[in-house]
Amino acid sequence: MSDVADRVKKIVIEHLGVDEEKVVESANFIEDLGADSLDTVELVMAFEEEFGCEIPDDAAENISTIKNAIDFIETQQG
Amino acid sequence: MRRVVITGMGMVSSLGVGFKHNWESILGSQSGIRKIKNFDVNDLPAKIGGQVPEGATGDNLFYADDWVSAKDRRRMDTFIVYGLSAAQQAINDSGWLVDSDEKAWRSGVLIGSGIGGLPSIADGAVTVNQGRARKLSPFFIPASLINLVSGHVSIRNGFKGPNHAVVTACSTGAHAIGDAARIIMWDDADVMVAGGTEAAICPVGVAGFCAARALSTGFNDTPEKASRPWDKRRDGFVMGDGAGVVVLEELEHAKARGAKIYAEVVGYGMSGDAHHITAPAENGDGAYRCMSAALKRAKMTPADINYVNAHGTSTPLGDEIELGAVKRLFGHYSKAIYMSSTKSAIGHLLGAAGAVEAIFSVCAINHGVVPPTLNLDDPSNDCDIDLVPNIPKETTVKAALSNSFGFGGTNASLVFKAFS
Repeated sequence: MSDVADRVKKIVIEHLGVDEEKVVESANFIEDLGADSLDTVELVMAFEEEFGCEIPDDAAENISTIKNAIDFIETQQG
Repeated sequence: MRRVVITGMGMVSSLGVGFKHNWESILGSQSGIRKIKNFDVNDLPAKIGGQVPEGATGDNLFYADDWVSAKDRRRMDTFIVYGLSAAQQAINDSGWLVDSDEKAWRSGVLIGSGIGGLPSIADGAVTVNQGRARKLSPFFIPASLINLVSGHVSIRNGFKGPNHAVVTACSTGAHAIGDAARIIMWDDADVMVAGGTEAAICPVGVAGFCAARALSTGFNDTPEKASRPWDKRRDGFVMGDGAGVVVLEELEHAKARGAKIYAEVVGYGMSGDAHHITAPAENGDGAYRCMSAALKRAKMTPADINYVNAHGTSTPLGDEIELGAVKRLFGHYSKAIYMSSTKSAIGHLLGAAGAVEAIFSVCAINHGVVPPTLNLDDPSNDCDIDLVPNIPKETTVKAALSNSFGFGGTNASLVFKAFS
């Protein structure tokens, strides 16, 4: 597992207070991990802080799963 | 008009968690006022407060996880956490459970706060002023909004009836209980969870009340001596954090489900001073009219009241003015009543004060004891009223009057009566 994936999952576990087993790459923040719309905004902000990047609102709208987040951040860093 | 009784009570204060524990501590003449230690008070003239003691479950200390998960606490400022704790205590105490649509629609919430999420607002302002507006939490607004206490209580308990909040400074808690009782009297709900909560002891909060010259500054080294209503050496109020919440219920509804009944809410009066933004009117007319209105609504006369839980904040002006208004109203019955200020023990809980003091008034009725006014060593006013200095007194309390007066000249009085 990539370093980015580990860090993304750690943030999700901390912010949503969910069990580690549930935080798989296909997990949808809202449907699978019990997040609401405000949680997803906060998650995106936490990703920005952790990875020192900016995630524009239109890109953030497309980040609904762990995998979406990892892919976006890896693209930015690549 | 439908009759309204109290069937559940919950409290958080600097003396700890739970109304029974608080009442025992009050009767033990204990003070919850301490030096502020969780932030730097070097620049602040007032360095003390009644902060909620944190600790393990079972020790009557506040353990946040007992009431709100760590995840949910990120969505709310501390005043909401205290409010949720007191509300859940009261609901559990009442045994009221919503398990049908009909019950849900007839259960409401009316919890207020005087100040609300000041710590969150202060932190948020710093974030924005640092040019980091995009870093402001999406929970910033819902964490600070006063009516979100009522919102959270309704969401957690499925109460779909009237959902309301009061913001009337230091009269908030009394107005909340009075207004909620009327919602039941008017048949808009059968059960209302009502009260007030506050957690404004933060740098901006203390600095703000210091700037208004409202706080005690002469007892920073002996915090437990600082709140001393009616005493000659009083020099301002002491801020307190915490919450008081009651479950109000229509009498027949409470009887039908076999609920225990603590007392009946029989009187509620309101008035405005139309005088000054922070100072009470010197003639005490607002206080007098508000107490009179509460007695009228209760169909009582001063002779029916045994105990007055005073607003009594320990400010040089306010204490004497309230005393004058009570003397004017009670006349020769002044000799027959007890009047005390529980703010002497826990400080001034601002928007929670009226609710916490309503609970102490009900406890006085239930236990036949009037709580003491701590630190009343040398009264500034020679009067006929027994101000219950320093130790509680046993006496029959058939009815109690509780006063709350707030900045802006907003006054509220509640009358509670023993239920038999």
